Amino acid sequence: MSLKTEPILEVSHVKKYFPVKSSFLKKTVGNVQAVENVSVDVREGETLGVVGESGCGKSTFGRTVLGLDTLTEGSIKFRGEEIGGLSDRQLKKYKKEMQMIFQDPYASLNPRQRVGEALEEAFIIHTKLSKAERVQRVKDLLKEVGLKEEHAERYPHEFSGGQRQRIGIARAVSLNPSLIVCDEAVSALDVSVQAQIIKLLKELQHSHQLTYLFISHDLGVVRHICDRVLVMYLGATMELAPAEELFANPLHPYTQALLSAIPRPVPGRKKERIKLQGDLPNPANYPSGCPFHTRCPLAHERCRVEVPEWREVQPDHFVACHEV
Amino acid sequence: MEQLLQVNDLITSFRTTGGKLPAVRGVSFSVNEGETLCIVGESGCGKSITTLSVIGLLPNNGEISEGSIKFQGEELTTKKEKELRKLRGNDISMIFQEPMTALNPVFTIGYQLMEPLKTHRRMSNKEMRSKSIDLLKQVGIPDPEKKLKQFPHELSGGMRQRVLIAIALACNPSLLIADEPTTALDVTIQAQILDLIDDLKTDLGMGVVMVTHDMGVVAEVADRVMVMYAGNVVETGTVDEIFSSPKHPYTKGLLASVPNVDDTDHKLEAIPGSLPNLNETIHGCRFHPRCPFAMEKCVEKDPPQFKVSQQQYSKCWLQEEGISSEPKDRAYS
Repeated sequence: MSLKTEPILEVSHVKKYFPVKSSFLKKTVGNVQAVENVSVDVREGETLGVVGESGCGKSTFGRTVLGLDTLTEGSIKFRGEEIGGLSDRQLKKYKKEMQMIFQDPYASLNPRQRVGEALEEAFIIHTKLSKAERVQRVKDLLKEVGLKEEHAERYPHEFSGGQRQRIGIARAVSLNPSLIVCDEAVSALDVSVQAQIIKLLKELQHSHQLTYLFISHDLGVVRHICDRVLVMYLGATMELAPAEELFANPLHPYTQALLSAIPRPVPGRKKERIKLQGDLPNPANYPSGCPFHTRCPLAHERCRVEVPEWREVQPDHFVACHEV
Repeated sequence: MEQLLQVNDLITSFRTTGGKLPAVRGVSFSVNEGETLCIVGESGCGKSITTLSVIGLLPNNGEISEGSIKFQGEELTTKKEKELRKLRGNDISMIFQEPMTALNPVFTIGYQLMEPLKTHRRMSNKEMRSKSIDLLKQVGIPDPEKKLKQFPHELSGGMRQRVLIAIALACNPSLLIADEPTTALDVTIQAQILDLIDDLKTDLGMGVVMVTHDMGVVAEVADRVMVMYAGNVVETGTVDEIFSSPKHPYTKGLLASVPNVDDTDHKLEAIPGSLPNLNETIHGCRFHPRCPFAMEKCVEKDPPQFKVSQQQYSKCWLQEEGISSEPKDRAYS
């Protein structure tokens, strides 16, 4: 897969703030800065990983891209057309092209609806297929994701976690989209099942020419399936690089700390960990300057005042840090 | 090293409308002082129920049907609830997975921290207070005096988990049971908590039983590993043996399905199928429907534990005559 293809999605200076309202007059008294100035291109056919700790805004970023959360500022272009800030009706034609796979497949399925009906819904809304054609498509879909035709007649509770995630994937690929946002799609699964789902995602990417925006906190999985990786911290982008480059040569101190914290499945090899002090700051009370300066081992005066610039330090390797 | 806990042929079952279903089917293991035993397996394989049986906190419809649990030479299965209460939080403590739900939201951190001290130790209020502050310091919580007056919702996930560890350590237990203590936490916080448990183990000479499904965590903290599948122990061994020469096909499959950050060439291989239900009757070895090496014998008879080395045992017929279980090409794909 060549990495030098056209961007399918161009995200520039995207911000997403959630207002904090006072309890009585509902006046806006502050903002939770969930996504803070994110710029990134997603290239056709690639898998772009988005990693970071919980609360770093990676899921909100994914939802904002799909228009599930309204944009506060910035622009999102899909195949060159601006989609940021469009109304739901205007977005409808893009929704066929962009889909999402959620973390908890059970919560995203209606427990009283048969799986077949749930999968059929997309065809009713977006296509003019006849009933018989729709039923056939559902059967094909189920087979494609490794389930059986007769599973269409069952209810979500009759399936195991891995099978439910397969249903979630079937729903996402049903309209032949070109971009799929996978929000922690394999995090809730046991390792043996997780490996099955990763394999399925890879196969579908190949057969449907899919582009994935793969949001995950599991760096092992990201390492395994992503072409490029974006590291986020407190809503801001810290580092972006091809996966191999990022894991071999992380430049940002946060990326370095994150990578050193992963428990490796190799006994007796205790790597020197870079210990981060404290917890993530509250995004409603956003730190000045570099958002990472409160926990950064290298922080100095400049980091407290000035927001580091997002710049390309090596070809294809972006980083936001004064020290690099 | 003194032996702390000895569990023999433990069978724990649940009374359900469908009859009595065994969730743990004849599990034996031991833990020594100053040793960490990790219990690994997929969710639903009985690892949590095993630990809950030891500490006597099974759900109402669960019961220990057979087997013995000896803690410091004393039999626990025949003890009355009142006697068990004297042990719990005192000699044996437990850390639960969800720091959000394990703490009571309407009591302060201080109250919950002093509770075990009040129950098990005769201490004055002043002594309890200073002991609590010491405990919070020990687990690395900044500003402990202020934290005593705060409520659980005012703390972050990592801090809450530290508070739970502090509560568990309040009475200097000799055995600490940790059920997925870091699963709900971020990697950077997880690293802090794992280091903390490891340091405390060395300092206090506790025995630790850690339940986890993360092979990375196992490699970091375990001295010995016990792999469970569908209520059975399928393999035990030292951490090096399990990682460098796993013998049971399930252990191999589990290791092959963990994505490795350092190794790019590592081929991720899934174990086909999924864990059987409790009420499913499977003849012979319970892993055979998912096993790439399954033979006729596996369907007919459940294998016993075969000794591989001094510490390593594998419950698999392949071990019987030393049949090599070196992976055939793409055994798991």
